[in-house]
Amino acid sequence: MNKGIHKKLCTADKITYLVFDLILTILFVIVAYPLILIISSSVSSSSAVVTGRVKLLPVEPTLLGYQTVFRTKSVWTGYLNSFYYAVLGTSINLVMTCLAAYPLSRKDLRGRNLIMGLFTFTMFFSGGLIPGFLLVSDLGMMNTVWAMVLPGAISVYNMILARTYFQSSIPVELLEASQIDGCNNTRFILKVVIPLSKPILAVLCLYYAVGHWNSYLNALLYLNDARRYPLQIVLRDILMLTQVDFSESLDTEFLLKQQEIATLMKYSLIIVASLPVLIAYPFVQKYFVKGVMIGSLKG
Amino acid sequence: MRKLEKGSNAARKKLRMDICKNKELYFLLVLPLLYLLIFKYYPMYGAQIAFRKYSVAKGFWGSPWVGLANFRKFVNSVQFSSVVSNTLILSFYSLIAGFPIPVLLALMLQYCRSMRFKKVVQMVTYAPHFISVVVLCGMIMQFVSPRYGFIALLLKWITGETVDLMAKPAAFRHIYVWSGVWQGMGWGSIIYLSALSAVDPQLHEAAEIDGAVLIQRIWHIDIPCILPTVTIMLVLSCGSIMSVGYEKVLLLQNDINLSTSQVISTYVYKIGIAGDMPNYSYSTAIDLFTAVINLILLTTVNAIAKRMGQSSLF
Repeated sequence: MNKGIHKKLCTADKITYLVFDLILTILFVIVAYPLILIISSSVSSSSAVVTGRVKLLPVEPTLLGYQTVFRTKSVWTGYLNSFYYAVLGTSINLVMTCLAAYPLSRKDLRGRNLIMGLFTFTMFFSGGLIPGFLLVSDLGMMNTVWAMVLPGAISVYNMILARTYFQSSIPVELLEASQIDGCNNTRFILKVVIPLSKPILAVLCLYYAVGHWNSYLNALLYLNDARRYPLQIVLRDILMLTQVDFSESLDTEFLLKQQEIATLMKYSLIIVASLPVLIAYPFVQKYFVKGVMIGSLKG
Repeated sequence: MRKLEKGSNAARKKLRMDICKNKELYFLLVLPLLYLLIFKYYPMYGAQIAFRKYSVAKGFWGSPWVGLANFRKFVNSVQFSSVVSNTLILSFYSLIAGFPIPVLLALMLQYCRSMRFKKVVQMVTYAPHFISVVVLCGMIMQFVSPRYGFIALLLKWITGETVDLMAKPAAFRHIYVWSGVWQGMGWGSIIYLSALSAVDPQLHEAAEIDGAVLIQRIWHIDIPCILPTVTIMLVLSCGSIMSVGYEKVLLLQNDINLSTSQVISTYVYKIGIAGDMPNYSYSTAIDLFTAVINLILLTTVNAIAKRMGQSSLF
């Protein structure tokens, strides 16, 4: 009976499905085209790129852009710095977030709502840019790695995510049973909670790591030593600010060629900078999605 | 009287026992609370420099109190109307363009008949979410370059003239908003997809037997079912109407499009940090002004949502 209904689609539904598929295809193209174009341009020749001849597939393939990127020293230091900030920052984030999230997930914790309120309030109100800036400078963290990792040590949103997970995935019965057996909180956390929480730890880890990798604001505010710049600042300088000065040009043709290569290099740089996320993305996509799913449960 | 005292005594004893039993949990909370106090609440306390004429030498306490002078200065300044209207236009434009699309995308994905096509579309539309804002703006700059950018070439093909979009103040808003939609629609749809997956299939079966077509089922079953999620997302977006984040605007800003691209947050940044003579107090006053308006907006919209019987944030 049920099957029969599913098989026989009425005309109206057929049209609806068709329209949906059509719109999805259009959206797919709109999102995919710029991404493909960047990848294709990055391996095309510089003259093809600056004359707009790259439409979809690479034209006159060459790796010149990548060679130029890898010869740029600031890209390397940026890469290393970003990696350092991401690893250190994510470790601090994970520890701090779990320290807050687990106790707050326990219904038998006195004062839980009050503490939770203290956390949530900061999501909707903050002291603003300048007081935060003054604080970091008063603490003497200007131009140090701490300015990059401490001010954002806990994202309240992620903390709530973890708390919701702890609440919904670790049965209260486990806690009660272990308490009857004389297990204290510390042991319960080490032996039961952490082993059961690997999925949420993966989600948090990914969210924080991507956040660190992609952030440029903290560096813009708190760092002024080029040797400490993360990749995003280096990127900004190259992608947004580069202007070739023609005023003193002696050999116009040479300069023109240089400018062409600089343009090509931007495409390659975009790829190189997104590479870590790009490589990981297909494998970890389900964890990211899982994170949003957990977040949609109201805790 | 005595009984009551006894009762409260017992309650106090129980409280002490509860705390004692979970003392390790409180111990765990020490570091996070310390963090909260130092990095979140202390800056709020520091925001009092909005009411002072702050100088670095005199510190928070020593600087003279000037009351609402900084706020008055902002409201009466030449920049006020343009900065506030730029911010509001950008926010509302983003909201109107960016809010419905993820919902529609989720609905279409839900009724995609080919699982493989659905997976591919999801994979691709989620991807831009992970592109950093610097890279995104770098891409935009390449695409609108009048010489070789595909958007500029497309426009030339349509209108017949070469335009440099970055040099047109009128284009800034479209660039900002639609690049945001491009980047965020896939990711934004996940939350609605998860809400849709919670819709009871029996409702659909019953409606199908009653002869409802797909559009009717979406309209009468799916939409009402995901409305609570939609409401919460809408309330959240309304809470940030006054704050257009400055990361992206700052990157897309140039001297030519300043007339449309100077929003409150970038103005705060310019006055407080990037300028030659940073004015901390004035900058903080503007920040505080917007933060308070945001908070009021959030609670108002939340209250309206609650009154209308929709789900609410708190």
